Amino acid sequence: MSDDLVLADDDLDEEPVSSHRRSAARFLDRTMFGRAVILAVIAIAVLTPPMYLGPSWMRVGSYVMIGAVGAIGLTLLTGQAGQLSLATPFFMLVGGISYCVLGAQDTSRAVGFGWPSLLALVGAVLISSVLGLAFAPVAGRVRGVYLGVATLSLVYVGLYAGQRWTKLSGGTANGRPTPDLNLFGITFLHQDNREKRIWYLFLAFTVLAYLLARGAVRSRPGRAWRAIRDNESAAAALGVSVKRVRSEAFAISSGYAGLAGVMTVLWYRLTKPDESEFAGTYSIPVAIAFLAMILIGGLGSVGGAIAGSALVNGLPGAMTLWIGSNHLFGSGDTAVTPVIFTAYVYGAAVVLVVLFEPGGLAALGRRGFLLLHRSPLGPFLPPPKGN
Amino acid sequence: MTTFIQVVVNGLGKGAVYALLALGFVIIFKASGVLNFAHGSLVLLGGYVTVRTQNDLHFIGSAILGVVAAAVGALVIERVLVSRRPLADPISLALLTIGVDVVMSEEIIRRLGLEIPFLGQPYDGKPVHIGSIALFRTQLIALGVGVVLVGAFFLAFRFTAWGLAMRAQAENREAAALMGIRSGRVTAIAWMVAGVLAGVAVLFLATQDFSGAGLSRSTHAVALVAFPAAIIGGLDSTGGAIVGGAMVGLADSMSAQYISYDFSKIAVYIVMLAVLIVAPAGLFGTRERTRV
Repeated sequence: MSDDLVLADDDLDEEPVSSHRRSAARFLDRTMFGRAVILAVIAIAVLTPPMYLGPSWMRVGSYVMIGAVGAIGLTLLTGQAGQLSLATPFFMLVGGISYCVLGAQDTSRAVGFGWPSLLALVGAVLISSVLGLAFAPVAGRVRGVYLGVATLSLVYVGLYAGQRWTKLSGGTANGRPTPDLNLFGITFLHQDNREKRIWYLFLAFTVLAYLLARGAVRSRPGRAWRAIRDNESAAAALGVSVKRVRSEAFAISSGYAGLAGVMTVLWYRLTKPDESEFAGTYSIPVAIAFLAMILIGGLGSVGGAIAGSALVNGLPGAMTLWIGSNHLFGSGDTAVTPVIFTAYVYGAAVVLVVLFEPGGLAALGRRGFLLLHRSPLGPFLPPPKGN
Repeated sequence: MTTFIQVVVNGLGKGAVYALLALGFVIIFKASGVLNFAHGSLVLLGGYVTVRTQNDLHFIGSAILGVVAAAVGALVIERVLVSRRPLADPISLALLTIGVDVVMSEEIIRRLGLEIPFLGQPYDGKPVHIGSIALFRTQLIALGVGVVLVGAFFLAFRFTAWGLAMRAQAENREAAALMGIRSGRVTAIAWMVAGVLAGVAVLFLATQDFSGAGLSRSTHAVALVAFPAAIIGGLDSTGGAIVGGAMVGLADSMSAQYISYDFSKIAVYIVMLAVLIVAPAGLFGTRERTRV
């Protein structure tokens, strides 16, 4: 905990730990028990739904996990390293197309390398990161809202490239089929129970993304990110190479977005670039939706990013399933659909979060956790340590 | 040669509209330190009110109502939301305006339904012929209106009490407040001015001549092209907004003419990236100095 000296004001991750609880060894087995119970509850909550929920719910859940992976990457970049980015959809597009190009067989219509799909998956993530690194001349120099608008340009570049290089992207008219992922003999896209398989696959991706991000946040890279976010000069004085760390954060975040892109093309079973910049899978509204996720979840909070995705990516599908139609209220061309309703909800949530609870859902969760601590359950819970 | 002149004049006409929007970004940024992502929604709001009142009023009347609506919208956003968080960091405030933008633009586009009304009937789609040169009337009028409005703004900025207060406040907020400048009022007026400019800009944006698309989601997207204009000039430079607007307009029309229409969308952004690599705070923006 000696690192707290550097990051004295970091409220997102390290809260002071009540020392009596840490030192008292006899509490340890109790809190370990509590921890095990919490883990078990989470495991049951995410592992069992395929047993009792239908395929359409599986698809909603998988879509949430796509958003979660992308949002985790973005929260590292924007929340932890303080770099505003609207480029997530671009790197998703790059990841999706790269996976297709590397993994698909060559045809007369589209280029394909026919690599084993697992290799194509890893390649797609790497290509996204490397492209993120290629943005370093801008990401390393440009600050704040300037960087936000600069990254917006990548969405336009992606739109143009996707429409232009149809040999790679499949073109806006038809797209190209996504090659199936073969994970040590398990395939996903053409099975009867593919929605369930996709659920578990995406779950694995999300858990991996979560654990890697938590690890980074809690160790050296995370400390460097927060240091440059809070004060670049001070960070530089402490020996953090500001330019390098800024570019690294960008590359890592792009890799996450690349994985989210691969998940997206697997989810649609089709790779297809957008026709316009203002509507589509890789468009500006998607970039804004990702920002909304991480802000609602609490900037910099990895768990919060997942919660944000559940709201932003999950609500439209869930509402459609609940009410069983596409019209909430009103009718005809001006009806309020679940998609529009969700936009109202998350737009308003963003405003409310900035005005009243800048820590987002993560801060609310922490507060709830502290309340639990005062209850009789308290001794069984892990110490309140943030997130 | 005639094509070139045509392209330049049309580009400047577009540039004038982008300059109006970019100037709005800059005024708001100078007043509140926030990059207003909701500007596209103010554009839509102005356009929507104009469209809905067009049947009952003469074009000029409905246009004025639209402009007023955009100004009031900007005022409400500033008073009700932004001014409540004077100490928040710029990124949070930018995200706040994104939230506002999502709600406003979705609502207006929902209300439009399948309509994509064109604005600017009095001048739209009627080219002007000067010798062998054909010019878009919309762009010509936009250029004229842009020059007048921008000129008026700079005169006000230079010579009125509000302009002086605004400049003082942008220079040093605390000192200005100590000198008796009512920061809240100055900021509110700045947002209203930006709203007026957005309300005027939409009268040219949602036309056949300018974008080929009526009032819709694409109007919102075209308004986003003014972001690069403000960034190129530097977010805190009013003169820069004009230069940036002209550059964006010219880049837009030239690349559409000489490369391809699809490319013109990204040409603007590529110009911006090039500028940012050389000057990370725009051409005329103040570079943040770090003191240790």
